[in-house]
Amino acid sequence: MLDTSVHPAMPPAPGVGYKPQHFSDIMEDAGPVRWLEVHAENYMGDGGRPIAQLRHLAERFPISVHGVGLSIGGEAPLDRDHLARLAHLIGWLQPARFSEHLAWSTHESAFLNDLLPLPYTEATLARVASHIDQVQEALGRQMLLENPSTYLAFAESEMKETDFLREVARRTGCGLLLDINNVFVSATNQQTDPRAYIAAFPLDRVGEVHLGGHDEQADDHGAPLLIDSHDSPVVDPVWTLYAETIARMGPRPTLIEWDTDVPPWPVLAAEAARSDAVLSAVPVDAA
Amino acid sequence: MSNQFKTLAVIGAVAAAVSAHANIASAQEKVTPEQMSGMEKCYGVALAGQNDCAAGPGTTCAGTSTVDYQGNAWDLVDAGTCESMELPDGRMGSLEPLERDLPA
Amino acid sequence: MNVDQSTFRAAILDPALATPDGLVDPAGRTAGKRFDVYRNNVVVSLSRALADAFPVIRKLLGENNFNILAGHFVRRHPPGSPLIALYGAALPDFLTTFAPVQNLGYLPDVARLELAMRQAYHAADATPIDPAALQALDPQHLPMARLSLAPAVRLVASDWPIVSIWRFNMADAPKPAMAAETALITRPAFDPELTRLSPAGGRFVATLASGRPLGDAVDAAARVDDGFDLAQTLGALLAGGAITSIRKE
Repeated sequence: MLDTSVHPAMPPAPGVGYKPQHFSDIMEDAGPVRWLEVHAENYMGDGGRPIAQLRHLAERFPISVHGVGLSIGGEAPLDRDHLARLAHLIGWLQPARFSEHLAWSTHESAFLNDLLPLPYTEATLARVASHIDQVQEALGRQMLLENPSTYLAFAESEMKETDFLREVARRTGCGLLLDINNVFVSATNQQTDPRAYIAAFPLDRVGEVHLGGHDEQADDHGAPLLIDSHDSPVVDPVWTLYAETIARMGPRPTLIEWDTDVPPWPVLAAEAARSDAVLSAVPVDAA
Repeated sequence: MSNQFKTLAVIGAVAAAVSAHANIASAQEKVTPEQMSGMEKCYGVALAGQNDCAAGPGTTCAGTSTVDYQGNAWDLVDAGTCESMELPDGRMGSLEPLERDLPA
Repeated sequence: MNVDQSTFRAAILDPALATPDGLVDPAGRTAGKRFDVYRNNVVVSLSRALADAFPVIRKLLGENNFNILAGHFVRRHPPGSPLIALYGAALPDFLTTFAPVQNLGYLPDVARLELAMRQAYHAADATPIDPAALQALDPQHLPMARLSLAPAVRLVASDWPIVSIWRFNMADAPKPAMAAETALITRPAFDPELTRLSPAGGRFVATLASGRPLGDAVDAAARVDDGFDLAQTLGALLAGGAITSIRKE
């Protein structure tokens, strides 16, 4: 089960990915936004404005720290320096949540700045579980692991992504972050059914939900190829899948992600208001 | 420089520098909302180098084309502002190199 | 066939390599364009990070040339750490070897300046001294005083007019004239401030930064140029909140 005893501060309400250009807007009137998410790696400097802003925001909002550089799926051991930087940030900030991705990004001392895919095999499972154990031990808390957007498959994969995530959570006690846009993107790209994915997902483990925009392109054979670009509004089919999922599992803290071509604050706040409407329509003790 | 002369020079310079900046320390104690937000500056340093978890532009050619800077790709005509600066060519620069002596 | 991360990484960074066997589409055919999505994500995201981090280099070379440079650089020098905020430390040295820019002698030092500004932005906070504390010292002991500088302080010495080049590109300043300039970067609050120092002024600050006393710094600067303006350089340090403590002998 999800451990909410230690850091219970995340409301089952809308949050947004924090961008420095929105600082003044947020301090003035955050609208429906009740919590903020930051990318861990942007707050690992020694000081200056980023840290000062984060301290200031944390006095007003619960903060969820979302790592994008730990390379939990990496074949190599976790980067100890990076884990130490993360532990330092989590230590002083005491955020409501910490989450990372089922992906890899560092290999042979190169950080590739992307969430790269993994084969779903017993070997990967053992490695990911051991890395998550290491992270949870270093941070002294439960983490959430996020389902990825994928564009291809590994011929060597032996299990479904939902079974893989369920087993990782069982072995490590970690929670899960359910990115519904990623579900939609991956299901379209893998030509599977997003509803079947949600039905198979261990929803009782979900501590946070993500929503974001994507682009539509085509592969070599003209099949749709969706790109997890976070540069546009959440599309209607993803809103529908989100509402169905919330109705099934109950309200969860829900993040709007918008990382590229970041819009003015009112546009982001309007997306958050839309998720607020979905969350408010479901009683808290549903599911 | 003689020690006596140096001491006088230092004393004079310190006095001049301090009197020109008498109000600095008190001004620095208060952080204004504008300073915290940082939007009054346009250096771009504030927004440079953000980590995020968005994907790039999909299947454009940037990641798949091999660029050849010795061929036509390198644009010598419509280069940027370096064309308009009229500084001497680096290979012919005649200045004596300075000894680098940098902190940190 | 299994695809390990060494194979994946190599094919990401080298577009001449084929899509690794074992990466497939839903029908089991080779991933092709689907793999190229990752190639693009890596190269484009790192190139954008570089463009955001080196706006003056980008303006100097023009958008197209900068992208070509970035395409080469990010493949040769991918980040060694996940902190994108500090990516690009290898760019100045790379510019000294990258063939198309060999006629632009100032480029590596301008890149050093841009890197230093970013480092200053993320450096640790520090409380500056009250300038009056300098005057409160016994004047006879001033030359023996050692001044500690804030962690954000950076110096970039150059044979080229790098501060003037920066201002020409970023602040609509006049065309730079040929001169050796040292860039002093301070951070009075949260934003790095750029000050142009003469080579002698640069030597003065560098000597202080090495831990030697004020008098030694004056001597070192005077050896570069005996007309050196001490009050102005000290003023720039005070205005930038760059002095954090005074240690007496």
